[in-house]
Amino acid sequence: MTLLSNPWIHGLVVGTPVLLVFLAASALASWWERKFAGRMQNRLGPTIVGPFGILQPFADALKMMQKEDIVPRAADRALFNLAPVFPLALALAVLAVVPFGGSWAGDEWSSALVVADLDIGVIWVLAVSGLMVFPTWMAGWASSNKYTLLAGMRSVAQGVSYEIPLVLAAMVPVVATGELSLSGIVAWQAEHGWLVFWPPGPGLFAFVIFFMASLAEANRIPFDIPEAESELVAGVLVEYTGLKFGLFMLAEYTHTIAASVIASVLFLGGAHGPMPEIFGPMWLVLKASTLFVIIYWIRWSWYRFRSDQLMDLCWRYLVPITLVLVMITAIMRGFLPGGAS
Amino acid sequence: MRRPLSPGLADDMLEQWAPALVFLAMCFAAPISMLIGAAVLRVRARTVTPARLDSYECGEEVDGSAWIRFHPRYYIVALVFVLFDVEAAFLFPWAVSLEGAGWIALVDMFVFLGILLLGWAYAVKKEAIKWQ
Repeated sequence: MTLLSNPWIHGLVVGTPVLLVFLAASALASWWERKFAGRMQNRLGPTIVGPFGILQPFADALKMMQKEDIVPRAADRALFNLAPVFPLALALAVLAVVPFGGSWAGDEWSSALVVADLDIGVIWVLAVSGLMVFPTWMAGWASSNKYTLLAGMRSVAQGVSYEIPLVLAAMVPVVATGELSLSGIVAWQAEHGWLVFWPPGPGLFAFVIFFMASLAEANRIPFDIPEAESELVAGVLVEYTGLKFGLFMLAEYTHTIAASVIASVLFLGGAHGPMPEIFGPMWLVLKASTLFVIIYWIRWSWYRFRSDQLMDLCWRYLVPITLVLVMITAIMRGFLPGGAS
Repeated sequence: MRRPLSPGLADDMLEQWAPALVFLAMCFAAPISMLIGAAVLRVRARTVTPARLDSYECGEEVDGSAWIRFHPRYYIVALVFVLFDVEAAFLFPWAVSLEGAGWIALVDMFVFLGILLLGWAYAVKKEAIKWQ
């Protein structure tokens, strides 16, 4: 007990399972997506490796690790090799502030199973995920390839633009609850009601916009301009081989999973749900998985926006709408339980 | 949830941030260790033909460098982004202190946001944030 109360040890003890679980989940997600896509396109997906092909990700990982590592002659070697490290690391780091469980102490909900319960959890999430633009651009520039350059340019524009609706939509829970820590936001929701439903109106819209902006940040269809397989070959990944390519792919799944988790914590009550508190982590997994499924459902049934439509949607509609949402929430806060201004 | 700003602030900060730093280090260790594993496992080619290290251009001969002057198209978008991002930085402390500060803070921030929205309307009218 005394050992666990040491903050360094605490980070290690709680952080290790979180890290391993989400790495495994990302690997499994790649198998699941292929199965799901198979279903939607009337085919089977992977079936050979293990039952239902479930060991496919491990076979893929092994294959990628063995592949020859090619660095193009023209590339900037150091940057080229550095870029694949960041997406996965940053996508995982977002999860540091997520409360995976919680319990009632009388009338008060106290969140638990957090790696680092930062007072400014929301800012940590936004800051770390905001850094995701850099590795994409690093890869795009360092590859010294025309396709990657174009893809990098586009994805910086997209990432930078959608950062604004993302931040402003995340502001709605902060304004409504007056809390910047994720555990505080979950506690407020456990006591007053989930933010998708309460405050009625702005919470729901903010959730939808946050979700859309997360899709854009994670480069998922309909916002997958940076990858745009049919136009830019493979986006910034053109020159990458072997595990470096694999890390980018893995990071995409991790990023999508992390985005689903954050959205469920901010708007869907996180680990709060009916039944005893011991099921808290299960609720969070259930909520996040639902969002995750929706993301891939969209991905396999929708088309891609054009660059200019994408920017128009963001700057013309999402930015002013989210600004107004923040204002409405601030006004409503005066009339909400818990809001005392 | 919110801890009071107390004389033990430094301890409090360490208690909060140490796990975050440990976790951040572990997050970077994961991909790096995978890359090291791959460096051990991977196959090395016996001969490397020069064409193998060419940049990929769909099979054509490489035509010049990709590091050229290129119109980034989002110069003004980036400027507007910085504007809104700074505004968001102002919003966070405001959102947290709304409870104590009351209606005055609300009105103040609305004036600020109103000016910002005007600026946004101007940028839209001038087509500054349009993808050219």
